[in-house]
Amino acid sequence: MAHFDPNARPFSHKWLNERLAIDTLKRVLSTEYWIPKNINFLWAMGMVLAVTFGLLLLSGIFLLMYYIPDTKQAFDSVNYTIMQEVGFGWLWRHIHAVAASVVFLIIYIHMFTGIYYGSYKRGRELIWISGMLLFVTFSAEAFSGYMLPWGQMSYWAGMVITNLFSMGSLEWNWLVEWIRGDYVPGQAFLGRFFMLHVLLLPLVIIGLIIFHFGTLRIPHVNNQDGEEIDFEAEAEKWKAGKRKEAKVIPFNPVFLSKDVFVLGVYFIFFFYLVFYHYQFAMDPINFDPADPLKTPPHIYPEWYFLWSYEILRPFPKDPGLIAFGFAQVIFFFLPFLDRSPNVAPANRRRPFRCWFWLLLIDMVALTILGKLPPVGIYTTLGTIFAWLFIILWIALPFITKREKLVGGKK
Amino acid sequence: MKKMKELKVLAVVVFFTLITYWGVEPYAHSVMHKHVEGHDFKYPDLKPAPKGNPEKGKQLIATCTGCHSIESQGIKAPMDALAASKAYGVNPPDLSNAGALYDEKFLVDLMQNPNHATKVKKFAMPPSVGSAQDAADIAAYLKSIAPKEISNKEAFESACGRCHAMRYAKWTQLGEIPKTKPNIKTKQDPELMKFKLQVAEYQENLANYMGKLPPDLSTIIRARSKQYLETFVEDPQTQLPGTAMPRVGVTKEAYEKIEQYLEAVGDSSKPDRERIGPWVIGYFVIFTLLAYLWYKSNWRDIV
Repeated sequence: MAHFDPNARPFSHKWLNERLAIDTLKRVLSTEYWIPKNINFLWAMGMVLAVTFGLLLLSGIFLLMYYIPDTKQAFDSVNYTIMQEVGFGWLWRHIHAVAASVVFLIIYIHMFTGIYYGSYKRGRELIWISGMLLFVTFSAEAFSGYMLPWGQMSYWAGMVITNLFSMGSLEWNWLVEWIRGDYVPGQAFLGRFFMLHVLLLPLVIIGLIIFHFGTLRIPHVNNQDGEEIDFEAEAEKWKAGKRKEAKVIPFNPVFLSKDVFVLGVYFIFFFYLVFYHYQFAMDPINFDPADPLKTPPHIYPEWYFLWSYEILRPFPKDPGLIAFGFAQVIFFFLPFLDRSPNVAPANRRRPFRCWFWLLLIDMVALTILGKLPPVGIYTTLGTIFAWLFIILWIALPFITKREKLVGGKK
Repeated sequence: MKKMKELKVLAVVVFFTLITYWGVEPYAHSVMHKHVEGHDFKYPDLKPAPKGNPEKGKQLIATCTGCHSIESQGIKAPMDALAASKAYGVNPPDLSNAGALYDEKFLVDLMQNPNHATKVKKFAMPPSVGSAQDAADIAAYLKSIAPKEISNKEAFESACGRCHAMRYAKWTQLGEIPKTKPNIKTKQDPELMKFKLQVAEYQENLANYMGKLPPDLSTIIRARSKQYLETFVEDPQTQLPGTAMPRVGVTKEAYEKIEQYLEAVGDSSKPDRERIGPWVIGYFVIFTLLAYLWYKSNWRDIV
C-alpha cells in the first residue's frame, strides 16, 4: 500500500509525486532517457515528424469546424468559407496542405536515415516495422484527406485508386463498389473517407506513434557508427560528471536543445512554403470543382505516391498490380532481408553501399517518371527503373549474406 | 571536422530533395503543358485599322443598336437578356464601355467578319459592316463615348460575365443575385426563385449555343497559372484547340483589370498572406537563433 501523507498540500509537488510519481516519470522519460552523443541532425527527424503531426492535428481541428462533407458543398466550404470568409482560415488550410506534403519528405528522410545507418537491426526490428505501419497509415490519411475538397483531382484520383481494388483480371467490381458505397465516387464515398480522415485513421496514427516510441525504449537509438553502447555504464559516467567521456547524453535538455534548433531551421523552411511556395502541395487542378463528366488530361497522385504508382504503370494490368503490391509491402521485410550482422553506416558495408545509393536514386527516378506522361522514352525508363526496384530487393539477401564483418566502430 | 560532416549530410539531403522537386514540379509541368507564347494583347494577326471618325460612326451606330443596347446614351436593348439568349444563344453586350475594353483592330475586324476575329466557327453576331472605314468610324465612336475609368468589376462583368457566372461574387449571367428576403411566414423566397429560374433558362440557352455551360470563374485564378489565363484569354484556340470560347479581343489594360478582379474574388486572402508571411518567418529566424544559443550552451563542454 502506497503511503499518502495526509498533510501534503493538494497539488503540491509532494502530493502529486505520491499520486503520479512525477519525479520518476520526469527522470525516465526525459532527464535520464539516454541518447548516444555520436549523432547528427538526422536524429532530430523523429521530433520534426512529431511536431509536424501536431501541426496537422491542430490545423485539422480548425478546418473541421467549417468543412462540410457534402458533395454539393464540400468544395465551397473549403475554397470559399475557409479560404476567404473565416479569419485566418486560409492560413490553417495552407499549413494543413503543406504539412501533409512535407511530412512525407521528412518520413522519407527518416526512413533512408534508418536504412543508411542500419537502424532496423539487432533488436531494432520492431522500430522499423512500427515505422512502416505509420508510413502506410499516413498514406491512407493523406489519400483520404485529399478527397475532401472534392475538386477535380480529389474525384479522379479517388476513381483511379479505388479502381485498383478490382484486382485486375479478377474484376472484383463488387469490392470497388463496396469501398465506394456506390458505382462511382459520390456522397457515400465522401462521407466514409471523411470519417476515416478525421477519426479512425488519426486514432490509429496516435496509437502507432506511441507504439513506435515504445519500440525504441529498450534497444535505444542507433548512432552514427552503429556502435553497440552499454547505456547503463555510459549513463553512470554522465551522472558522475564525466560529460566529455560519456558516450550518452540525456534527452532533456541536451538532446532536446539540438532538436529544438533543428526544428527552428525546419520551421523557417516550412513557413516559407506555407506563405510563398505552396503550389506543389495544393495542386491547381484541385481548384476546379469535381466534374464527373470531364476527365482531366493528366491524372497523377501527390508526389509522395509517385514512386509506387510508377511501379504499377509500366507493366500490363495484372503484373503491374502484383509489382505494385510488392512495392507496398517489401519495405516491411527489410530487417529480415538484410542478412548481414553488421550494424554500420552503408558506406562501410560493401556492396550494400551500392545497394543503398541505387535504391535512393531509383526511387527518385521513379518519383519523377511517375508524374511524367507515360509516352516514349518515359515509358522505357519507367520500365527499367521499376525492374531495378524489384531486382534490388530480390538481390538484397544475397549481397548482404556475403558481406564481410566490419567492426562496430571504424 | 564534425561540423563539416553535418553540413555534408545536409548537402546530400538537400541535393536529393531538390532533384525530386525539380522533376515533379517544373520539369513535369513543362512536359505536360505546352508552352504558349503570348503577344501582349497586340493581336498581330489582325490588319491595322484605318483612322476612324467618331462623328461618322455616330451616324452608323443604328447598324449595331438593332441588337445591342448603349445604356450610357439612353439606347435600350430591343429584348431583355433572357429573350435575347433565346434568340441568339447569348445576350449581346451593352456597348457603353466597349470602346474602353476591346482592341480597336479587333472591333473593326469583328464588325466585318466575326468568325475571323473570334476564331470560332459558331458566333451569334453576323457580319454587319461592309467596309473597314465604316467599322473604324463606329469603333472610334464607341471609343469616344466610353468612360475614362472602368472598375475591375465592370471590366469582368462586361467582357466575361454574360457567359461566365462567378458564384463567389454572387454573379450570374443575368447580373448580381438580387438581395431578397424570404417570406417570414412561409420561409420561402419567391422573388429569388423567379430570378434563379430565369438564370436556369438563360444557362440552358447558353449551353445549347456553346455546346456546354461555360465554367464558373470563382476559383479559376488558383486553378490555372497566370501565364495560362493570359494566353488563353488572348487567344483561346492556342491552349484549347476547338474550344467554343471566342477570342474576346480585350486590350492589355482591360485584361489586367479582369485578372485583378478574378484574384480579388478567387484569392482574397492573398494580401493577408503577403502581409503576415514576413512576420511569421522573422519570428522563426529569431526562434532559431535563440535555439542555437541554447544548443551551444548545452553541448559546449561535452564534445
